[in-house]
Amino acid sequence: MTLAETPAQAPPEEPRPAAPGRGRAWARLAAGLIPPLILLGVWQLVAASGAYSTAQLPPPADVAAGLGELIERGELWRHIAISVQRVLLGYAAGAACGLALGALVGLSAPARALLAPTVQALRTVPSLAWVPLLLLWMGIGEAPKQTLVAIGAFFPVYTTTAAALAHVDPQLVELGRAYGLRGVGLLTKVLLPAAAPSVVNGLRLGLAQGWLFLVAAELIASSMGLGFVLIDSQNTGRTDLMLLAIALLALLGKTSDAALGLLERRVVRGRT
Amino acid sequence: MPASLDRSAAAPAAVSLHGLRRVFGARTVLGGIDLQIEAGQIIALVGPSGCGKSTVLRLLAGLDRPTSGTVLIDGRPVDGIDPRCAVVFQEPRLMPWRTLARNVALGLPPGTPRAEGRAEVLRWLELVGLADFADHRPRQVSGGMAQRAALARALVRRPGVLLLDEPFAALDALTRLRMQDLLDDLQRREGTTVVLVTHDVDEAVQLADRIVLLRPADDGSGAVVGADLQVPAARPRDRADPSLVPLRADLLARLGVPRRAAALDTERVR
Repeated sequence: MTLAETPAQAPPEEPRPAAPGRGRAWARLAAGLIPPLILLGVWQLVAASGAYSTAQLPPPADVAAGLGELIERGELWRHIAISVQRVLLGYAAGAACGLALGALVGLSAPARALLAPTVQALRTVPSLAWVPLLLLWMGIGEAPKQTLVAIGAFFPVYTTTAAALAHVDPQLVELGRAYGLRGVGLLTKVLLPAAAPSVVNGLRLGLAQGWLFLVAAELIASSMGLGFVLIDSQNTGRTDLMLLAIALLALLGKTSDAALGLLERRVVRGRT
Repeated sequence: MPASLDRSAAAPAAVSLHGLRRVFGARTVLGGIDLQIEAGQIIALVGPSGCGKSTVLRLLAGLDRPTSGTVLIDGRPVDGIDPRCAVVFQEPRLMPWRTLARNVALGLPPGTPRAEGRAEVLRWLELVGLADFADHRPRQVSGGMAQRAALARALVRRPGVLLLDEPFAALDALTRLRMQDLLDDLQRREGTTVVLVTHDVDEAVQLADRIVLLRPADDGSGAVVGADLQVPAARPRDRADPSLVPLRADLLARLGVPRRAAALDTERVR
């Protein structure tokens, strides 16, 4: 039985995140750092040109000094820690609900008919519109902030999970059924693995939106956190701290997204 | 206990269809099919496109239910997905996240002990010539190799009836011939009952012990058995076997492709 066939030619190399040489990975990382550095340079030039007052656009050195000041006062870690905590707790709750409801709506046509329109309608509510209600119901503690983050994380996770499970290749589902898979077996062996890449992508989107909603929550009612630093610096005319808060939010958002990006890579690896 | 189950499942099964009708909405696809299939035979179901060949196969597998009539496998009716059947579709339908070995393992009968299952998977990968590709993903192998993995996934189930729905139709011509020979070898070795749906007359003539032609009724009352022909030569067959030529011509004529020589003659006369 010599059925020598050559394997199909691998598809043309796409910009694949997985497993190119270590050197290339570093090169890509370095390339990604070029625009921020250019931005920093332009910022320095513009600030030095005198076109704006330092109250409007402090030079990078002032922002670095502001960073040192916050570290010295011991406030920086407090702000970062509370913001990260709000995002993680809120995100965990929101993503869990998104996965559960998304799975229900994705897998069950009756549940989809019943729930999908309502959830879609709620999804269109802008983040800030929730804030007064949450404050009214939950006071001004941690609960309303975490809840708002949860709301933000929920929708992308819900939407992608529901869509991914509802659109699993029907041929694979039929194959699974023909080989005796039903219920939990079909779910764990066909539906979930097939939907996994989209679901993980949804988890990433949800995290990004969680950060977005965090700032909305902290801008309005808080005495700590990076959003508070933003609004407080506006009130006190500390533009350097304002820019610092923005840079820190970008950094934290990017870091948490990269962590989930690693997970996504693991899930997708080997499929293409 | 699972071992004894396995052995009973491995025995080739006889199949009988009684008055099988299937109506989709206003369209009658099958208008009463009666057919007896002996255990251990390869039956080819041929017919024009859309005549209901695949519908018969889906009813056999329990993937669909007849409007009326019954399917019996070894005398017991098919009611829902039937564990005595294993299906190979036109597409390999491998799970892209699983290796070929793990895809084949999907076909193992439930309750197979782990070690035995692993050995069976390896044995079948070997038999279909994929031993060296056990850890490859479906996207890394050719269409023919993927379809061989699909065949192994079906056979590792030790089915009473192997159902093949145009399994080689999407492959290139040479790969298709190799796959036909592989199926021929495996079937003679295992003795499995095979129902092969195909629109390829050559494939039917090459592989089948018996060829059943489905013919759609002119009045729209659904397809019925239009011809039921024994293939004269013993398997394995030489593709150039002259004793098969009349059968091939007969089948083609019944499918609306008359012999060309006659047509050429009339042209020459003109």
